[in-house]
Amino acid sequence: MLIRLIGVAIVVVGLILKFDTIATVVLAGVVTGLVGGMSIMDILTTLGTSFVSQRTATLFVLTLPAIGICERYGLKEKAIDFIRSIKSATAGRVIIVYEAIRTVASAFSIRLGGHPQFVRPVVVPMAEGAAVAKYGEITDEMSDVIRGGSAAAENYGNFFAQNCFMGSSGTLLIVSTLVGLGYEQVNALEVAKWSIPVAVISMVLGTVRNILLDKQLDKEASKGGNK
Amino acid sequence: MTAAQILGEVFYSIIGLVFILVGVKALKDEGCTKKYTTAAFWFLLAFTFICGPWVPKWLVGAAIIIMAVLTAINGVVQSRNDVPDPKEVRANADKFGYKIFIPAGCIALVAVVGATLGSKVPALSWLTANNAIGLSGLVALCVAIALTGCAPKYAAIDGARLMDNVNTTGILPQLLSALGALFTAAGVGDAISYYVSMVVPDNNILIACFVYCLGMALFTMIMGNGFAAFSVIMVGVGIPFLISKGGDPIIVGALGLTAAYCGTLCTPMAANFNIVPAALLETKSKYSVIKSQIPFAVCMLLIHVVLLYVFAF
Repeated sequence: MLIRLIGVAIVVVGLILKFDTIATVVLAGVVTGLVGGMSIMDILTTLGTSFVSQRTATLFVLTLPAIGICERYGLKEKAIDFIRSIKSATAGRVIIVYEAIRTVASAFSIRLGGHPQFVRPVVVPMAEGAAVAKYGEITDEMSDVIRGGSAAAENYGNFFAQNCFMGSSGTLLIVSTLVGLGYEQVNALEVAKWSIPVAVISMVLGTVRNILLDKQLDKEASKGGNK
Repeated sequence: MTAAQILGEVFYSIIGLVFILVGVKALKDEGCTKKYTTAAFWFLLAFTFICGPWVPKWLVGAAIIIMAVLTAINGVVQSRNDVPDPKEVRANADKFGYKIFIPAGCIALVAVVGATLGSKVPALSWLTANNAIGLSGLVALCVAIALTGCAPKYAAIDGARLMDNVNTTGILPQLLSALGALFTAAGVGDAISYYVSMVVPDNNILIACFVYCLGMALFTMIMGNGFAAFSVIMVGVGIPFLISKGGDPIIVGALGLTAAYCGTLCTPMAANFNIVPAALLETKSKYSVIKSQIPFAVCMLLIHVVLLYVFAF
């Protein structure tokens, strides 16, 4: 029984040791087949058959040309303009607004560029600016809290809303995996619909999180004042 | 073949063409030191997409093995891209304003509307969810070209550029679904469920929901990859303990992947999301992003268990 799990072990060890992901996955498949008593030809045929029937998972490529042209014509720049035009009184509120924008963008598969292109140059300076305006000056600890919270908001919006888009690779992974296992009724529209509750809850929870972040900053600021 | 299948093959062939463009771009790049292995990867991938259904399947399997060897030896790299000039992009942004969001929004809207119509109107039955996604990409492309008046060649240039950015990880979801199928065929699911059944009392759905969500998150924390965790836990826990007990596969699937993402929020293994941003933002602790995320991730995971229990059964 245990030997059948060798494929799982290979995936786990391979990814922990940061071996090439594609090669690790293929190796896990081949070894699993060998342990299961399949011949090389059987393995190649099974691998080829399932790869061809799982092409669904790579359909997102069809959206790339349109997105690429939008980027060439200023998609990200306008997103940055939009968030810069918003005035918010506190660091937490800046991050809430960013998370809302990120959530909607993610559900529409609009790539904003994530941490390097959006969080560092736009969100963090705005949030820290709001904090400086409110508290006078901010300590390194406060800065760490703001920066951690900003980076986190990017991840929340990105992770929990992306599957609301029918053509996202996560949604297509779910569809192709389940259809491949014989559940023909699973399709991208239904999976996207059922991803909406989590996206909404993530936004609500993120808002609460950032209200608390403001409270945490208030506390840190008063502590700094006593010194 | 049905009309839906024929249209599907047309879309897969277009995807294959994008792969060929990436390969050709590498071949033309004199500065690219690994242009032959890079091009070989993309051409083989294009072969599996365009010719896959028509050739003996062991040939496709062999192509995958060669592709895996090419990535294992680090033979696949990004070649030089025609990156838009920032000044030009800024000028375009000022010229077109927020209208540039129209084509981008079209992708999501056309996909949803198309798939909904396709499932309701018998005459549109060729418009499956998959074909609606393909159609949305083409409609958005036409709208983008009409709106900006840019030369259609940029569809090819920018499509290949973004594909090259995504690089080889773009086929990971597809490979992992294939691995899931292979795992099931080889009895891996049975083996995992044999061990899981030792901790999960028979027919206790709530505990099964909890083990499924927690399994997704923990496996993701260990491997740093939610997609890989999804394939393994779906086969080993999701199918035997939830779906075969009457759970709705759509809901079990949708919540499974986001449960895995709760794990992504807590692990340094997902360096791109947690460690690299901390470095990029120059925080004092390299774990400041993870620290900020853990309370959220724990709440979110528990909410997943509840949603799964309430809606999937």
